[in-house]
Amino acid sequence: MTLLCIQGGTVYDPRNGIDGEVRDLWAEDGRIVEPPTDASRRPDRTLDATGLVVMPGGIDMHCHIAGPKVNTARKMMPDEKRVSEPVRRTRFTRSGTTGSVPSTFATGYLYAGLGYTTAFDAAVPPLTARHAHEELQDTPILDKGFYVLMGNNHYVMQQLQDGEPERLKAYVAWLLGAAKGYAAKLVNPGGVEVWKSTGGNTTGIDDAVDHFDVTPRQIITGVSRAVHELGLPHPVHIHCNNLGMPGNWTTTLETMKALEGWRGHLTHIQFHSYGGGAGSETSFCSEVAKLADYVNTHDNLTVDVGQVMFGDTTSMTGDGPLGYFLHKVTGRKWFNADTEMEAGCGIVPITYKDTSLVHALQWAIGLEWYLLIEDPWRIAMSTDHPNGSSFRAYPEIIALLMDKTRRQEVLDRVPRRVKERCMLGELDREYTLNEIAIITRAAPARMLGLERKGHLGAGADADVTLYQPDADIQRMFELPRYVLRRGEVVVDDGELRNHSDGTLFHVAPSYDADALPDIQAWFEKYYTIQFRNYPVDDSFLHDHEVIPTRPLGQTP
Amino acid sequence: MSTAEQAETAAAQLKIVKDATCTFCGCVCDDMELTVENDRITKAKNACVLGKAWFFNHHIEQRPQATIEGRAVSYDEAIAAAADILLEASYPITYGLSDTTCEAQRVAVAITDWIGGTVDTTTSVCHGPSGMAFQGVGEVTCSLGEIKNRADFVIFWGGNPAESHPRHFTKYSLMPKGEFIPNGRKDRTAVLIDVRRTKSAKAADIFLQIKPRSDFELAWALRGLTKGVDIDPDIEHKTGISLETLTDMMDRMKRAKFGAILFGMGLTMTRGKHINSEAVLALARDMNQHTRWVAKPMRGHGNVTGADNVVSWSTGYPFGVSLTRGYPRFNPGEFTTSDVLARGEADAALIVASDPMSNFSQPAREHLKNIKSIVLDPKLSETAKVATVAFTTSTYGINTAGTVYRMDDVPIPLRPAFDSPYKSDYEILKAIEHRIRERQLSAAVS
Repeated sequence: MTLLCIQGGTVYDPRNGIDGEVRDLWAEDGRIVEPPTDASRRPDRTLDATGLVVMPGGIDMHCHIAGPKVNTARKMMPDEKRVSEPVRRTRFTRSGTTGSVPSTFATGYLYAGLGYTTAFDAAVPPLTARHAHEELQDTPILDKGFYVLMGNNHYVMQQLQDGEPERLKAYVAWLLGAAKGYAAKLVNPGGVEVWKSTGGNTTGIDDAVDHFDVTPRQIITGVSRAVHELGLPHPVHIHCNNLGMPGNWTTTLETMKALEGWRGHLTHIQFHSYGGGAGSETSFCSEVAKLADYVNTHDNLTVDVGQVMFGDTTSMTGDGPLGYFLHKVTGRKWFNADTEMEAGCGIVPITYKDTSLVHALQWAIGLEWYLLIEDPWRIAMSTDHPNGSSFRAYPEIIALLMDKTRRQEVLDRVPRRVKERCMLGELDREYTLNEIAIITRAAPARMLGLERKGHLGAGADADVTLYQPDADIQRMFELPRYVLRRGEVVVDDGELRNHSDGTLFHVAPSYDADALPDIQAWFEKYYTIQFRNYPVDDSFLHDHEVIPTRPLGQTP
Repeated sequence: MSTAEQAETAAAQLKIVKDATCTFCGCVCDDMELTVENDRITKAKNACVLGKAWFFNHHIEQRPQATIEGRAVSYDEAIAAAADILLEASYPITYGLSDTTCEAQRVAVAITDWIGGTVDTTTSVCHGPSGMAFQGVGEVTCSLGEIKNRADFVIFWGGNPAESHPRHFTKYSLMPKGEFIPNGRKDRTAVLIDVRRTKSAKAADIFLQIKPRSDFELAWALRGLTKGVDIDPDIEHKTGISLETLTDMMDRMKRAKFGAILFGMGLTMTRGKHINSEAVLALARDMNQHTRWVAKPMRGHGNVTGADNVVSWSTGYPFGVSLTRGYPRFNPGEFTTSDVLARGEADAALIVASDPMSNFSQPAREHLKNIKSIVLDPKLSETAKVATVAFTTSTYGINTAGTVYRMDDVPIPLRPAFDSPYKSDYEILKAIEHRIRERQLSAAVS
């Protein structure tokens, strides 16, 4: 019941129209509250925020932080950890290792250290959902959830083949409830199944997937429609086909059109914005302008960037054939795991070099997206951690967005031809703090449908980050002065306070129980565990909360 | 008691537990149907001979809940003594963790972190080398259902599944009809590679008897054949397998739609160890140039895979992890328990759900006997007999719920059959952790 006052900070709360105003914030019982009307009610705790920039806690809506694929990558990269700063145990906090795939405790602490208080893992096969939950339980401080892989699911493809949209919808709802997941995720829809069965891949969204005789387009349209009808808080989340391939911008545009006006979120869009000829590096270039133009004029779409930054990292993806491709191109160690009936995954360490034309273009293309999207509410910052870079690069990305000379310095350093192949050099736009607050807080919260996140109005979760303004923007965002989660200070001047746990968000859409026998019969024929042992029970979860759905035809 | 009452009592004491999970081997079959009568499992439908042994032999034994130096003490006294030993030690080690739940494993790692000890699991004496190989080369693998649904060519190498994983053939790798394998066994070719003809050879279509200590050369020759390299026919002298046989085998492998190499201790624990595992993992990887192939270690104890996962996500490394400097360091050989003990380096040990006194080397066992140890085990194992503080625990999967991981990293819940008067590993470790934290946090900040 303690009343907290965060006094005199310069508040950026875009959702509530507050753009750099000096004002007090009040919090009680983990929520932001209106200032007490009774003048005699004094705060029990006060945080002096004079001169500090105050924002809601950061939200990473697409990262890879928990589950079998992430853990395999951790295990696979001992070489990295040897030369990376470890996370030391303190009186109250656990130890860990870093590199591009930090251990779970380290992940929670590092995010909190940057002022992030919510993160969503982008891709979990439902068969191994339990594993993701266990890791998330050992990822402190953050509120969290994950997206459930569906784009290469055999039952999904079967219902599409049979023309059974109602069964598909019921299955999507049931699957999310069984996994205790948050959203429907499509990764290279159809393409991963082609890899699993033949070692190949799809080349376009109208390529039929053998045996099921459905196309990626049908998967995209079918699942988007189901998600729309179920009224899930977050729209279908799509990793388009042909990731990374020169010329793939056309696939991305086709995917956007395949949504037929339903809401959709296209993820790490940077990797899907390439012009040029197939297999040809000499024509590789940016086609962001054309895609941004479409996104700017179609407000059913949102994106997150998937920014590439120079350095060593690890690619990890549900896109199995992409993993094989990267292994062949780089010659580096390669992990692949196919999950029965559901999904795939590929892991390959990767180094992005500023001496490489292609890598430098990837870097530039990510930034072009931020600068060419007109409405910052429709673009979220991400590095697709760790695929483009670690989440620890966010402060540097913010600096690049707010300071065009910094971008120019990099452009002057990379191969000359980068400037010819993209328009970044011509883009003068500089982000304001307000816009940064949108793309790292307010917009992801809105995209996720999390009403209590990403803003500082009454009723919001009191997740607050306070920064010391600095001419060096990167330094400002690297070391918040205070970070609060639900009204409790979790980081104080770079030092972690008590180790605390976060809340798991998941959805529980209802479905027609008559659909179950068919699902069960299919399951029992092909899986290798018992049907009853598949769903994650409520009792398995630690602190969790169901985010409501708004199905069509029901009053909200 | 009236007849009706007697019948009621009898009925109340018999129950059936369906979809229960057996944790004896890495198959982690979760289709057990257990009949429980008077706190004993009397029937275990679907269990193999190993599973039956597991279920029928884990009844409640009458023993003290906790002992210090063999004498019965109160639970609280034992917890306090255990915490003392761990806090006072200079080089405490935590070992085992394979036959317990992930929930308990997580606490064991937490304890080791708080006290700055070293944690290692039975992986280090089993498929640890495969873990090391994977760190060098990667791995192309799949869940067991992919083998059931797609694999038309299966190679068993350096293992004897008929005896170590009895239901593997039936449930996953040879017999089952799959989504793309409509005729089950008839659609599959099975090859067994081993130094002697075991029971598993009966199940195979082709048996290659390899000379001992030549698995690396065989795998490397096959790798050469995938890449069209000319192989010296002298390979026959080294391995006992002719180049002609190998070439024929490679042709068949290339023509498969989906092949799998399932390998065991015959590779990981013989000359070469992780180098053998690397060769096989690389072979499966290379085969993907031609068609789909995977390689999978046939993992042993029920939840050793879980232990791997828990230690990895908590520390970043899978086994042999030192936390003595306040952060994780990894070095097999330096921090792996059998080596630490053999060199006489540890001065205290927390052993959970494993029995190193039954299988470690002589010097390791000698040293373990001489240092203070805390042992958690449902049975009076050889290790429990030499313990300073011993706890009798309930048995996971039979008395205690929790999560375990199958050999292919699929997490599966446990469905216990009957209660035990003894506490679970999880509860005991939590109590030890609590006591350690109490003492650490009340100590003056230095």
